[in-house]
Amino acid sequence: MRLFFTSIFLPSGARQMSAASTLLIIVCLAAAGYVVGRLRAAALVSTQGLKSHSRSGYYGIFVLIWTALPSLAVLAIWLAVSPLIINDQVFNSLPQSIQSISEADQSLQLNKINAIATGLARLTADEHAAALSGSVDLRALLGEKGIAVAGEIDAYMPEAAGRLNAYRATSSTMRTVVVVLLGIGGFVWAWLQIKPRMRARNRVETVILGALMLASSIAILTTVGIVMSMISETWRFFSSVPPLEFFFGTVWDPRFAAAGEAASAGQFGLIPLLAGTLYIAVVAMLVAVPIGLYAAIYMSEYASSRMRSIVKPLLEVLAGIPTIVYGFFALTTVGPFLRDISARINEMATGDVASFIQAQSVLTAGFVMGIMLVPFVSSLSDDIITAVPQSMRDGSLGLGATHSETVRRVIFPAALPGIVGALLLTASRAIGETMIVVLAAGVAARLSINPFEPMTTVTVKIVNQLTGDLEFTSPQTLVAFALGITLFVITLGLNFYALYIVRKYREEYE
Amino acid sequence: MSDATTTPASVAGAGLVKRDIGIKRRYAAERRFRAYGLIAIALGLLFLMLLLGTVISKGYTAFRQTAINIPVTFSKDIIDPKNERADNPKLLMTANYPVLARNGLIEELGIDPKDKKAVRAVGKMISGGSRTRLRNMVVANPSLIGKTVPVWLLASGDIDSALKGQIDLSVDEKRRKVSDQQVAWMDQLVRDGTMVKKFNTGLFTFGASSRPETAGVGVAIIGSLYMMGIVLVLALPIGVAASIYLEEFAPKNRWTDLIEVNINNLAAVPSIVFGLLGLAVFINFAGMPRSASLVGGLVLTLMTLPTIIIATRAALKAVPPSIRSAALGLGASRTQMVFHHVLPLAAPGVLTGTIIGLAQALGETAPLLLIGMVAFVVGYPASPLDPATALPVQIFMWANEAERAFVERTSGAIIILLAFLAVMNITAILLRRRFERRW
Repeated sequence: MRLFFTSIFLPSGARQMSAASTLLIIVCLAAAGYVVGRLRAAALVSTQGLKSHSRSGYYGIFVLIWTALPSLAVLAIWLAVSPLIINDQVFNSLPQSIQSISEADQSLQLNKINAIATGLARLTADEHAAALSGSVDLRALLGEKGIAVAGEIDAYMPEAAGRLNAYRATSSTMRTVVVVLLGIGGFVWAWLQIKPRMRARNRVETVILGALMLASSIAILTTVGIVMSMISETWRFFSSVPPLEFFFGTVWDPRFAAAGEAASAGQFGLIPLLAGTLYIAVVAMLVAVPIGLYAAIYMSEYASSRMRSIVKPLLEVLAGIPTIVYGFFALTTVGPFLRDISARINEMATGDVASFIQAQSVLTAGFVMGIMLVPFVSSLSDDIITAVPQSMRDGSLGLGATHSETVRRVIFPAALPGIVGALLLTASRAIGETMIVVLAAGVAARLSINPFEPMTTVTVKIVNQLTGDLEFTSPQTLVAFALGITLFVITLGLNFYALYIVRKYREEYE
Repeated sequence: MSDATTTPASVAGAGLVKRDIGIKRRYAAERRFRAYGLIAIALGLLFLMLLLGTVISKGYTAFRQTAINIPVTFSKDIIDPKNERADNPKLLMTANYPVLARNGLIEELGIDPKDKKAVRAVGKMISGGSRTRLRNMVVANPSLIGKTVPVWLLASGDIDSALKGQIDLSVDEKRRKVSDQQVAWMDQLVRDGTMVKKFNTGLFTFGASSRPETAGVGVAIIGSLYMMGIVLVLALPIGVAASIYLEEFAPKNRWTDLIEVNINNLAAVPSIVFGLLGLAVFINFAGMPRSASLVGGLVLTLMTLPTIIIATRAALKAVPPSIRSAALGLGASRTQMVFHHVLPLAAPGVLTGTIIGLAQALGETAPLLLIGMVAFVVGYPASPLDPATALPVQIFMWANEAERAFVERTSGAIIILLAFLAVMNITAILLRRRFERRW
């Protein structure tokens, strides 16, 4: 599988040129098809004196589609499938001893063969013969051509690599022939189809509609991709760490085993991470909700339209600032500020200058995240409060309530379900936020109720486990996917519930 | 009405005195409530000012960099003592160039070349990047050897910080990175006019470096541009096509409902999950190279699609049905109606949505960390398949560096990033103002 991409894109001489030039041929053919189809339709109309069903451009597009679509589809499938078949063939021809080793080692060997094959393609004919006969040091020779082969080159490898190259050459020739023939075939067939009564427009429109449908299902494909990829990796993780230990473990200590050593598995307890995530999210909401809600109420109920037009965009700037900037702000400004001020307070209270707030702490991360969330709360709530019917305001004011009483006793209760929905959406954002916590929350996974100490979150650990050198077989790496799916499920649940509430509420007044 | 004519004063007066409906208290509550609202808004704006203020105040100095004008003598004795450069091409690459720069500066300062300690201290005032600079000069033009040419060389990061006043000189000499002697030389050079702060072009052109003075966001900007290009090429057509289908053609059935729910949810999925998707599908399954901007572009495309789809659908919805009826009534097919009439009218809205989506993608960091873009990339990526890094990722990497000069660089890079975002958002706003049609 790994070799598949390499073989399409990585520069290895003739093959790459061939795929690209085939593409070019098809594009030229399709362009010619458009012109020819158009001209033929026009010619038929003028010679036979019949009125054509569609405008002549549609006949051109019809030929274009038939020339390009089938041939490009075949080209794509060929590019995707042929490396798999070729690798399989080469692999089956390898000595028995190689076929029985572990999967990871096998892919290593295949990578080596692949590198040698790429190198062989760059050699001249004489060098090539010499290399295959084993009379020169292949490794040095390839090194000269800019191909570094890791590890020893075994005796069977040059031969296998030669075979790989031969298969690839055959495949690429066949591919070019098949694809170009298909293009020409489509061209001729579509050209023959052109008659004044042929409904070219309807046919072209069917293809367009198909393309539109395909594009809209990308969203589904993405979701399926997320779920499938995470479930499969999580499954592999759970084969080495029992799910119960993961979901209910209270110790997070994923010791990275030394290379090649699988002995120390470490402990993967989700609870401390989840606690940190929720704690930081709660602190963030404590900052964001009062500020955001009061700002929204003031903006929708009291502010003049002039003030609104200035303040609202300014607050929304906060939402447009990348989270990495907030992270940096927390790391270099807010964290040190809280640390110093706590030292000052401590000095005044006890005479001891030790600061009780650490620079990286739940408070720092939560506070800065709260700032980031203010515009989400305020603009969502603003929309909801504005949507409360004017008649309710008028009724309350008419009965003699002051403006603030109207807001608190009439408008707020009416808007409450929507606001709750908005807050849930905001909370899901707080839980999934990454960069602020990576920089400001710390990496120590522990259970604590002291907001002045660092705690860590699910997202921080996903980043930690997946940066650096990766091995896709160790639980240390795979745990990130288990964490990811946990995060995905939590935020998905919050979003679903929030959208449900918002939609239900909206119906009440419409 | 008749009451008003009979002794109004006494009636009204009696009523006011007797019935206390707490009007004062209620008005006070009203005032308090309004004050809370104002305070909340003020806090929000204050945070914004603080955020931008700290970044700008820390970062504006990064746009100027200290350089020293040194008369460098390309001495043959140092570069090529045995006169073998014609035979040995590697010689010019490996010669001891920093010594050339150091000797030039020693002469400039009038220091005894035998004073080893002073010489070493002087050497530390010049950036290690001078090696590459002088080497490139000599390799490009070997006839320089034996001549003396004045060259603007970067000062080292510590000297740069000291000149910008970022190093507290009142601290004990041993506990800071520049010695009193170096500061004295620095002052002397500034007085002579040989050491000046110049506009920092390196910040925009250099790649990653462990020395702050030669670190720049050039490579990161190229990486980000590649990714923006990929997002634009993929997300715009796919997003528009999907929105057209959902808004204009889709029948109301379970499948379209499912797509709708999916799009709304994808818009709210944490960005880091898209990184996991990219890692598992593009890198692990399809075998694409790690750290490549192609993978980053694909991941960001998937991430921006919902934004673009939602904006495009809103723009399509805003086109009044009468346009559609008119087109259909004149005999256009549905496809012609959409592509000839509705889509051109919705184009400004689509464009605005796309720009906002791109801006969101430009500032995204988390998914890029997972697909290996946290890389130390020195050279420009020649294609989207080469290892690259992105502007926000570069900021993340610099934010983890301890040196003061890197804090300045990080803030400078943030200013560049925010400038890009501001330009994009202002373009979007202007487009909307200019082309928006009210029906």
